[in-house]
Amino acid sequence: MILSALRGITANKLRSVLTLLGVMIGVASVILLLAVGNGSAQTVNSAISQLGTNTLTVRPSGGGGATGTVGAKKITTTVGEQIQAAKLGHVREVIPQVAGSLTVASTTASETSISVIGTTPAYFTVGTNSIATGSAFTAADVTNSTKDAVIGTTLAGELFPSGSALGQQVTVGGTPLTIVGILAQQGSVGFTDPNSVIIAPISRIQASFTGYGAVSSLTVEAKNADAVAAAQGEVEVILNQLLGITDTANEPYTIINQGSLLQTAATSAASFTVLLGAVAAISLLVGGIGVTNVMLVSVTERTREIGIRKALGATRGAILGQFLVEAATLTLLGGVLGVITALIGAQLPFNGTQPVVLSYSIPLALGVSVGIGVFFGVYPAARAAAMRPIQALRAI
Amino acid sequence: MSLNDGRSAVPVVKLTDITQVYGTGDAAVHALRGISLDVAQGDYVAIMGPSGSGKSTLMNVLGCLDVASSGSYRLAGNDVKILEENQLARIRNRQIGFVFQSFNLVPRMSALANVELPLVYGRVGRAERRERALEALDSVGLSSRANHQPQELSGGQQQRVAIARALVTSPTLLLADEPTGNLDSASTDEILDMFNHLALQGRTIIVITHEPHVAEQSHRIITLSDGLIVADRTLQHSESVGVRS
Repeated sequence: MILSALRGITANKLRSVLTLLGVMIGVASVILLLAVGNGSAQTVNSAISQLGTNTLTVRPSGGGGATGTVGAKKITTTVGEQIQAAKLGHVREVIPQVAGSLTVASTTASETSISVIGTTPAYFTVGTNSIATGSAFTAADVTNSTKDAVIGTTLAGELFPSGSALGQQVTVGGTPLTIVGILAQQGSVGFTDPNSVIIAPISRIQASFTGYGAVSSLTVEAKNADAVAAAQGEVEVILNQLLGITDTANEPYTIINQGSLLQTAATSAASFTVLLGAVAAISLLVGGIGVTNVMLVSVTERTREIGIRKALGATRGAILGQFLVEAATLTLLGGVLGVITALIGAQLPFNGTQPVVLSYSIPLALGVSVGIGVFFGVYPAARAAAMRPIQALRAI
Repeated sequence: MSLNDGRSAVPVVKLTDITQVYGTGDAAVHALRGISLDVAQGDYVAIMGPSGSGKSTLMNVLGCLDVASSGSYRLAGNDVKILEENQLARIRNRQIGFVFQSFNLVPRMSALANVELPLVYGRVGRAERRERALEALDSVGLSSRANHQPQELSGGQQQRVAIARALVTSPTLLLADEPTGNLDSASTDEILDMFNHLALQGRTIIVITHEPHVAEQSHRIITLSDGLIVADRTLQHSESVGVRS
């Protein structure tokens, strides 16, 4: 059966190759375009999860001139504690951060302009800031301004190339700190390496470097991703209250909700995928129509052969089966070639994003192409099989 | 053939008042107007007549390629009319061997594969199929051309492949429709010799032809005109083998 199908396909090589090409391009474009759409959506999604989808960042803006200055009031750690103490309905945690850029050195190596962050232990529960080895510093450490620190993987590797950084001493801008934990590896979102960082209790950084003035930012963790907008409103109200702001149109801080921006980007990436998929589906359909055309021509051309076969005792089912196997073999062959092409094509970056092949798109595209071939092959084949042998034999 | 050994009285073909009408009303064409005919086991019959006399229609009815409008057709005792499509396909496969004017080999298939084809539809196993097809090709003297495709063979050779294909299932009835119509005289003689030889072996053969010298090789000539039998003549060959069988 398969052999005779192959014979039917090779009977007109050029036509079969063109059909094969049609199916191949259809299948490859469906898989590839979906992969491109999926790849860009995944890039956006990973950026979202990096930031944490349920966080807000409150940053002092240069409203009154000097950073964080609002008349006499600044956003300090105290303000952060007051927001936390207010037990707002949608806010889980308020995490103050102070940041600086300092030289960090071990006994053997030294790195300049390293991002040094002072914060509270809650920092490590938000987004992807988790500890891979060792442990975070504790709330007690913050209270006591201990000299414990957590280090990023890149910096750890640079300062301690020969062994684990855990338990080692580093000097940060002249102050010795002890490494108690190493951050988990993080993907890079921008130009800075998020793994080249050192994090210490906020009280220690303030005491040694930044002083007790305004913080660099407050990270506000909402209770869940859906509560972010509500949390933003609550924080705004209480901040204005605490800082004594009356001119709400000209607040001296900004609240950044990057999660919602990226959510929009993700939505548009998803509709982009759907659009690409639709375009690809059309090309697959065109390939399928090509198969139908070949089958119709092939059946018409071989009416006489069908008549001979019927005269020799072929039943209706045998004729139908022969042409269906032929159509299915043709489309399956084209489909497999299309999948191979798509898998090779997906290795190349497209417009800056790496295509990610959707696992369901392969059986989907293959199934649809074979389905189209068989479905549209049925009609001409059934017509041929139903012919009375003398009608078929009379054909030239 | 073993089917008929015990009851040789049953004719291979028994037609009773067969009519065939195409179309309806004024446009109706009465191709056959009432044919009654018995063909006994081992008979070698030629059916003659001018074009339009109903020869081909009769051949289609005899070959179960078409069902008559009325009348009864018993092939080896079985009523063909009551059979449904798939059973007719089986009858064609097991009981009838066709030889056509235009050979009707399947293109792009080797001679061997063509001969194997009826056995494929008869669900004969691969090994047995090959063996029987080679045997049939050998019996027509073409075993050396088994792997040639039809377009690589001469007309006479193609017709011999077709005869091998017709015989490979050991059919009850060999039906030939103008078997020499497309052949030169040398090939024609070759094919007619082959038919004579088959008749000698006791095969039942019906040849449809309009060529008198082809018809004269047979043992019995039936002449059709306007859908009716107008003559039915038994021939006495000088060294006839028909007498012996």
